[in-house]
Amino acid sequence: MHPAPLVALVGNPNAGKSALFNALTGARQKVGNYPGVTVERHHGRLVLPDGRPAELVDLPGAYSLEPSSPDERVTRDVVTGTGGFERVPDALVVVVDAANLDNHLRFAMQLIALGRPVVIALNMVDLAERDGLVLDAGRLSAELGVPVIPTVAVRRRGLDELREALGGLVDREPAAAAAPEDIRALQRRARTVARAAIVSETPTRRWTQTLDRVALHPVAGPVLLLGILFVMFQAVFTWAATPADMIDAAFGGLEGWITTNTGASFLRSLVTDGLIAGVGAVVVFLPQILILFLFILVLEASGYMVRAAFLMDRLMAGVGLSGRAFIPLLSSFACAVPGIMATRTIDDEKDRLTTILIAPLMTCSARWPVYTLIIGAMIPNTQVAPFVQLQGLVMFGLLIVGVAGAYGAALVLRRTVTRGASSGFMMEMPKYQWPLLRDIGIGLWTRAMIFLKRAGTIIAGTTVVLWLLLSFPKPPEGSGISPVDYSVAGRIGNAIEVVVRPIGFNRDIALALLPAMAAREVAVSAIGTVYAIDDSEGEAGQTAISDRLKARWSLPTALAFLMWFVWAPQCISTIAVTRRETNGWKWPAFMVGYLFAAAYIFAGITYWLAVAVGL
Amino acid sequence: MASLTAFPHRQPGTVSAIEWDRLAAPEARRLRELGFDEGASIEVLHRSRFGQGPIACRIGRMTVALRRAVAGAIHVALPTPAE
Repeated sequence: MHPAPLVALVGNPNAGKSALFNALTGARQKVGNYPGVTVERHHGRLVLPDGRPAELVDLPGAYSLEPSSPDERVTRDVVTGTGGFERVPDALVVVVDAANLDNHLRFAMQLIALGRPVVIALNMVDLAERDGLVLDAGRLSAELGVPVIPTVAVRRRGLDELREALGGLVDREPAAAAAPEDIRALQRRARTVARAAIVSETPTRRWTQTLDRVALHPVAGPVLLLGILFVMFQAVFTWAATPADMIDAAFGGLEGWITTNTGASFLRSLVTDGLIAGVGAVVVFLPQILILFLFILVLEASGYMVRAAFLMDRLMAGVGLSGRAFIPLLSSFACAVPGIMATRTIDDEKDRLTTILIAPLMTCSARWPVYTLIIGAMIPNTQVAPFVQLQGLVMFGLLIVGVAGAYGAALVLRRTVTRGASSGFMMEMPKYQWPLLRDIGIGLWTRAMIFLKRAGTIIAGTTVVLWLLLSFPKPPEGSGISPVDYSVAGRIGNAIEVVVRPIGFNRDIALALLPAMAAREVAVSAIGTVYAIDDSEGEAGQTAISDRLKARWSLPTALAFLMWFVWAPQCISTIAVTRRETNGWKWPAFMVGYLFAAAYIFAGITYWLAVAVGL
Repeated sequence: MASLTAFPHRQPGTVSAIEWDRLAAPEARRLRELGFDEGASIEVLHRSRFGQGPIACRIGRMTVALRRAVAGAIHVALPTPAE
């Protein structure tokens, strides 16, 4: 049997490709990766008019067949049938923005010249009409020699016609590719064709330009951006509290249910102390992560993110980066992994590398559980000024140390290891549009699944391994030796402690550092597991981690531990994604080296300063 | 005729010349891909009054942000009445 025909969606960035993809495939879509490159592969199923299924892939947006980023390279390789990323598409849906016809047609014409069956989706015709632009799709079709379907992806207009056209195209034999045309000649021809297809054009004051008068204003613009960021971080902490408590209660309930309904056993301890406690400690942060991603997805879909990049360019240029780096760095506050992947849109190699190297310094959501726990236990919640509490202030301070550290690191890196000509900043600023609930929903759903999968595999796995290493071998009865000290993990921890004692760390911290490499937030559950096993002979099983921390840690130690977490490159996923994105071990090794060195030095300085001032 | 960095704000104009050889090759290519070409209609939308921030301009029906170094290579004239 023949495999289902493959249809590729291709077009300029901001042509509304993803919205069209979502409209055509709905929930029947998956996100994967192209082998060897970390370009996301979005694919889904489409039903042709004769009832046959077809596979639809959404290729990364590109401006031409001459790639200038890894994303655009995938697009070129797929449509030209090289590179082996994908089977050769049976048909192409070329998406063009009706309001940007002259510019988008150039790439469309390059694609038509490849000879594959093509249908043009003349997208966002409603917005073009609102801008006073009336187009003749029939005329455009005659000029280009391929079917042209006017669509409004977000209102699901033109989808049936598009499917109809595809039904007739997928079985057609491809024609021979025409010789590539010079880009300037192509540009001129595109403009001529576009002009022929325009029925009428009345210049109107577009509301995008009106909004930009505020958003890009030299004074009002930065104020607005700061306000948005403030609301975003505020929301992450306040909105997430209730759902987080509910998740926490659910895990607690499950643990209680198992404890009351099964006898004490090795297996029960593994499930409750190890698995449920460990995974629960992490899943609690799902609401925070989703709220952060909600903001990022809305800012991106509305078109505001590029305005933010525009405003930040000045500041970023100061350390040799461009405004473009702002977008991946903001995403890194949720998680450095998607942040590092988002650097793919940066064309300049040195610029991109620097952004990757500093991305782990943004306070990712995995650090919050660690910060929250330690600050909650060790810092008194005194009022230092109206509306300002000491705990919140310390939290904010850690965030700022991360950003300032990243800024400083970029400054140094751009003058040493990633030295090079200052990169440029050139970006299309898309029209503002209302983000579609459905698209945001799909985006959040995908992120939630990735996070839960991680919690269920890596985090559950490490927690169980750590629990095992902490539990065996058991000390001889009545020897009086702490079970943790006697265990395999305890012995490893004691060895590490020698190295970290100068910066004020104790054995418990040394022990937590290793599993925290799997995921930073594991440090919390690791410390919890250490204490749970250590106290298993006593009655202290119910004491909260924070009470044990107060008893065992000094304030300088806690501060040094927090400072360590600002810098340490901890999580393995970040290192792995850096390796994939930079094609080798050189840069991840460098990243781990410089961040660990910084973590050690700054944690040490913090500890000794705190001791010196008598904290 | 003036370069894009000095051309009056919100005054529709036409790209009269681009000094392609002043630009790095990838920069020049991206610029062309965004529709910058002799004869294209252009308008400066936003330019920070102080300092060296980027410029936002309308080219054709698109808004594009670029840095002053690149904008300096783009020369703009008032549109000819024939256009």
